[in-house]
Amino acid sequence: MPKIPVNIDGRALEVDVGRTILDVCRENEIEILTMCHFEGIGDVGACRLCLVEIEGINKLLPACTTKVAANQVIKTQTEKLKKYQKITTELLFAERNHICAVCIADGNCELQDLGYKVGMEHVRFPYLFPKCEVDTSHPWYVMDHNRCIMCVRCVRVCSEVEGAHNWGIMNRGFQVRVISDFNTPWGDSTTCTACSKCVNVCPTGALWSKAAVQGQLVKQPQMVSELVAKRKMNL
Amino acid sequence: MDNQINRDNTILISPVTRIEGHAKITIMLGQDGKVQDARFHVNEFRGFEKFCEGRLFTEMPSITPRICGICPGSHSLASVKACEMIMGIKPTYTGNLLRRLVHLGQMVSSHALSFFHLSSPDFILGWDSDPALRNVVGLAQHSPELALKGIRLRKFGQEISERITGKKIHIMGIVPGGMGFPLTEENRKALLAWIPEATETTMIGLELIKKYHTQNREMVNSFANFPTLYLGTVGPDGEAELYDGKLRFVDADGKILKDQIDPKNYLDYIAERPIEWSYLKYPYYKPYGFEKGFYRVGPLARLNVASRMKTAQAQKEFLSFKSMNGGKPVHGTFYFHYTRLIELLGSIEELELILKDPKVTSEDIQSQGKHNFNEGVGSSEAPRGTLFHHYNTDDSGKLTRVNLLIATGQNNPAMNRSVLEVARQYVQGKDVKEGALNRVEAAIRCYDPCLSCSTHAIGSMPMVIEVHDHTGDVVHVLKRG
Repeated sequence: MPKIPVNIDGRALEVDVGRTILDVCRENEIEILTMCHFEGIGDVGACRLCLVEIEGINKLLPACTTKVAANQVIKTQTEKLKKYQKITTELLFAERNHICAVCIADGNCELQDLGYKVGMEHVRFPYLFPKCEVDTSHPWYVMDHNRCIMCVRCVRVCSEVEGAHNWGIMNRGFQVRVISDFNTPWGDSTTCTACSKCVNVCPTGALWSKAAVQGQLVKQPQMVSELVAKRKMNL
Repeated sequence: MDNQINRDNTILISPVTRIEGHAKITIMLGQDGKVQDARFHVNEFRGFEKFCEGRLFTEMPSITPRICGICPGSHSLASVKACEMIMGIKPTYTGNLLRRLVHLGQMVSSHALSFFHLSSPDFILGWDSDPALRNVVGLAQHSPELALKGIRLRKFGQEISERITGKKIHIMGIVPGGMGFPLTEENRKALLAWIPEATETTMIGLELIKKYHTQNREMVNSFANFPTLYLGTVGPDGEAELYDGKLRFVDADGKILKDQIDPKNYLDYIAERPIEWSYLKYPYYKPYGFEKGFYRVGPLARLNVASRMKTAQAQKEFLSFKSMNGGKPVHGTFYFHYTRLIELLGSIEELELILKDPKVTSEDIQSQGKHNFNEGVGSSEAPRGTLFHHYNTDDSGKLTRVNLLIATGQNNPAMNRSVLEVARQYVQGKDVKEGALNRVEAAIRCYDPCLSCSTHAIGSMPMVIEVHDHTGDVVHVLKRG
């Protein structure tokens, strides 16, 4: 694999062609915040937390979907980026109904961890308090749209890894929702295989097992990444 | 809701404010200037029953503790019992032991808060002392050792929760089928080490209240003393029970009206009626109707209802309490404090017994189950009285109806009556002195209602007292907070 020179946060690096900025940063232990990215499934650049500054480009670009180019000078830790990360996190909280205190995922939630990470003390934007459905129709799992941040990991893992295509997306903007089949109750799905991959990769308390209660929620997202890696090895 | 002027010219402001914990009292004077009626308004509106609809039923044991920061464990327990009825399962032996520990720990911290932090400044510093100092801070200046002991007793109660569930206040880990976390041997020993100090502090409190009774016999006996029915939870032999048991109603003479009622049948005996001037509904004993059926819950009611206590030292005090009215119920509202301390003593004794049970550190803490039925009722004895959670679900386990019957709600008619009795005693005409205001407040505080403990620990309950003359005109307003 041919190598190209890039400069990230003042470090001169020789990296493989065709890698994303996020991959390169992770390999070189440069911290990039992410939420929609998940190891083993395709990136969509939905959450905007991994934005980086690149010299000569007058807009911020997501590290997960931008490939490195020769002689790029990339900055990942500027004050401007930190300010935007905090705003993005606050907007994630403000858009739906995230009440950590009574959430099944309290203490085991990537969104909650992100809030701590960026130093979010309060949300400066008005909460939208949308009226969202809780779909309890599946015999084993629950989909709570109040806690969904539209990272669409569930949609991607269902199509890319399980191949079931149960989950999809409808509407736009604030009305955007993850849907099962053609917006029918999850329990009525004819495509869901009840494999639990979506539940395991969900970063919040939006998807969870009915058997779990607060304090006992255990998700095993690495199971999906390992499965994908094993499949690649077999190929 | 809009403000309105009624025909009798009294102004009904509904609601005045939605700030949690603000009380409003209206005192109505007759033509002769004497108190004719008094009303205790609860203006807070929270809507837990409504916004829990649509959630999965198993979330309730972690949502409902947020109703109250003082008795979260009682809510969680009533809730989890309702869930277990929906699932058709029972907790394991150790799960039950750990739940009892958490519940008794909460009883200790709540009762210690009520007596040492909130109520004892009245006895020790005096009813008419400076309101700015008539609080736990003033108590710390006047009797630093006692204040510290009270604070440490509360700490003990909270430490029980922390050492079992990892959280001091809003408990986690009370789950359908038992408990989510086992008790380690290290934590068991650490909790046992607290018992002698906790017992000693409780005995100091008991001596304090008994001395006060002796020195102020007339006031104590006359303070909001009126007959009512009583409701409490008892074990199979009528012993006082806080965690799990059956319900018993007694009348004002101590006659058992109905015994060993399964809590799931509570609606056969308790009905509620909404009233226009308060968000708290008026519950009553159904067979006696609205007019004659008002009853009290809480420490005074539990001891009036019980045949005996479960532990030795508490039983000794219980007998002394029972002898006050020849074995019949004691109606004086002031005796809530005494009974609270007897319960505190019994709780500490029971804690010791459970902590010495060899199975308390077992890891067999949870049985498993799933949604099987569409209705569940759970009850527990919260520090302030009997508490009911009643859930209905659809076939997927989603809540379609939630009914929470809270202890403070059940004491609402009695609190009104207590305010009226005290107002009659201490309010003469339109001039109301600060000391009278404190006595009216103290009548409410005897019931230790949720709204007072959430707001008045810094010295005074935010309160408005309006005095209306016989035409309905407001002739005097006293405000604070």
